[in-house]
Amino acid sequence: MNATVLEVRDLRTHFGQAKAVDGVSFSVARGEVLGLVGESGSGKSVTGFSIIGLVDPPGTIVGGQIVFDGRDITRSSREEMRALRGRRMAMIFQDPMMTLNPVLRIDTQMIEAVQAHENVSRTDARARARDALGMVGIPSPDERLQAYPHQFSGGMRQRVVIAIALLHQPDFIIADEPTTALDVTIQAQILAEMQKLVAQNNTSLIWITHDLAVVSRLADRIAVMYAGRIVESGPVSDVLARPLHPYTAGLIDSVPSRNQRGERLRQIPGMAPSVARLPTGCAFAPRCPRADAVCAQAVPLFAAGPREHRCVHPLPELRV
Amino acid sequence: MTAAVVRRLLQAVMVMLAMTVIVFIAINVIGDPVDILISPDADQIERARVVQALGLDLPLWQQYLRFLWAALHGDLGESYVYNEPAIRVILERLPATLELAVAAILIAIVVGVPLGLYAGLRPDGILTRVIMTVSILGFSLPTFWVGLVLIMFFGVQLGWLPSGGRGQTAELFGVQWAFLTKDGLAHLILPAVNLALFDACLILRLTRAGVAEVLPLDFVKFARAKGLKETRVIGVHVSKNIMIPVVTIIGLEFGSIVAFSVVTESVFSWPGMGKLIIDSINVLDRPIITAYLMATVAFFVIINLVVDLTYTALDPRVRLQGEGP
Repeated sequence: MNATVLEVRDLRTHFGQAKAVDGVSFSVARGEVLGLVGESGSGKSVTGFSIIGLVDPPGTIVGGQIVFDGRDITRSSREEMRALRGRRMAMIFQDPMMTLNPVLRIDTQMIEAVQAHENVSRTDARARARDALGMVGIPSPDERLQAYPHQFSGGMRQRVVIAIALLHQPDFIIADEPTTALDVTIQAQILAEMQKLVAQNNTSLIWITHDLAVVSRLADRIAVMYAGRIVESGPVSDVLARPLHPYTAGLIDSVPSRNQRGERLRQIPGMAPSVARLPTGCAFAPRCPRADAVCAQAVPLFAAGPREHRCVHPLPELRV
Repeated sequence: MTAAVVRRLLQAVMVMLAMTVIVFIAINVIGDPVDILISPDADQIERARVVQALGLDLPLWQQYLRFLWAALHGDLGESYVYNEPAIRVILERLPATLELAVAAILIAIVVGVPLGLYAGLRPDGILTRVIMTVSILGFSLPTFWVGLVLIMFFGVQLGWLPSGGRGQTAELFGVQWAFLTKDGLAHLILPAVNLALFDACLILRLTRAGVAEVLPLDFVKFARAKGLKETRVIGVHVSKNIMIPVVTIIGLEFGSIVAFSVVTESVFSWPGMGKLIIDSINVLDRPIITAYLMATVAFFVIINLVVDLTYTALDPRVRLQGEGP
């Protein structure tokens, strides 16, 4: 892989007592697609918002570094972050119905995005917007620029959002479950489109999702989050075929298509812990069939080649 | 668009018609103006003559039809007191009320919207708590009392501002306006502030609630994710979304102020329509009361139409019926 575009080191984003993100480290290479996987509340979205500097209060980054372009951007000023957002880094949200401002025309919302970072005329900005819409496969972009968001379907809106994210050809895009709210057929189209576009521009992509099927199709690498930490990461095919962490294994087992027809759907017993009261050791231990006394102590990071995990009792028969 | 406007105008005519019936009947119930108009010493013949001259001897429905017919020709009767066409008496007083109302609404907007934005953006600030507490006082205190306090403080104690009347006026478009002269403006300030207080607080609270509602929405976050400056995020993305309830209230309240500035006008002896209507009710000057109520209804109808049209400008999802997609 090429040079590292973004490196997150031991990121800690807390909401008061709640440690939503507690020691997350990963890096993304240029052009790489990283799938950040986890269930609701595992801290994957907060990780995304931490990177672009838009964590909602009372959340704050209490520790760690986010190295982008050779600098730790957790120390950047608000204005420096603003200048990076949209230009060098972009984010796509989950619900395209809510992402675009309902009372502003598409052209207004795209032109302002261009002009926020470049001193260009309205006409030029408009031309850029039109080309971007054409690029993401929106027919007759010139007319569609005049429209309001409610005149688009969900899939088309998400395309508009993607077009806005691509306006300045950012170094990386964080996509926070952008296909979850869409129909399956549209989902497949958007995935294919997204894959094509990031490959064309050599843009890195951090794809946040709970959907392993999506990750297996799209991502180069996968990072599995549980209770604010990454518990396992590695090349996507390896991890999905031979999970090391019992949680990853449980996650894979819970995919309905892997279950036998007529059989009870498999699930991980118990509930994800509250991030306000995390145990010192492995957070998954209370739900884990392999857990013992050792798991109550802090778990170090085990690394072997491209694969990393945080489990003192990794699945033995599949040990790398 | 045109079709929609025409339909709204037709509706307005129906509202006006219904209003004439209600007003006419109600006014006949509240008392007999003859007792007030004729001196107690007048004899029976004189009394009958006046009654006949005013058409008060006819059955109610005939009186109504006569009134309606005259009204269609722009004649709402002649004031018993001023011996002038009622509509002219009203229109003479309209500018005074209008300038008071406009001044009040402007003050309310200029004070209410920025403070509401501030309170919405800093929900935990100390200043926000002060603003919110004061705003509760603002619309709980009775207008007349606040008016009296203003007069006592600024008019009597400090002697900075005149406490009553309209002061000197100057002509513009053939109408006398107070705000064009320094003296008139000085007279305008206290009553306008008094009248604005309630609406400023209302607009403030609405704006704050709107900001609190819109701020956590995804599109605001996305606007920030695009790298927009905070001034644009708040000034365009948030503001345009919270303006709809605010515009509604401004429209409704503007109508209310024009129609019912009775209290403030009485306290400050402002020679507007509100004072006129109170005086006219006291002497049962039926044509004035009728004309006033009709003018008020017409005013409300117009304002509502303007507000509806403003909605379509503010929110593309709101389209008047009769307009294509």
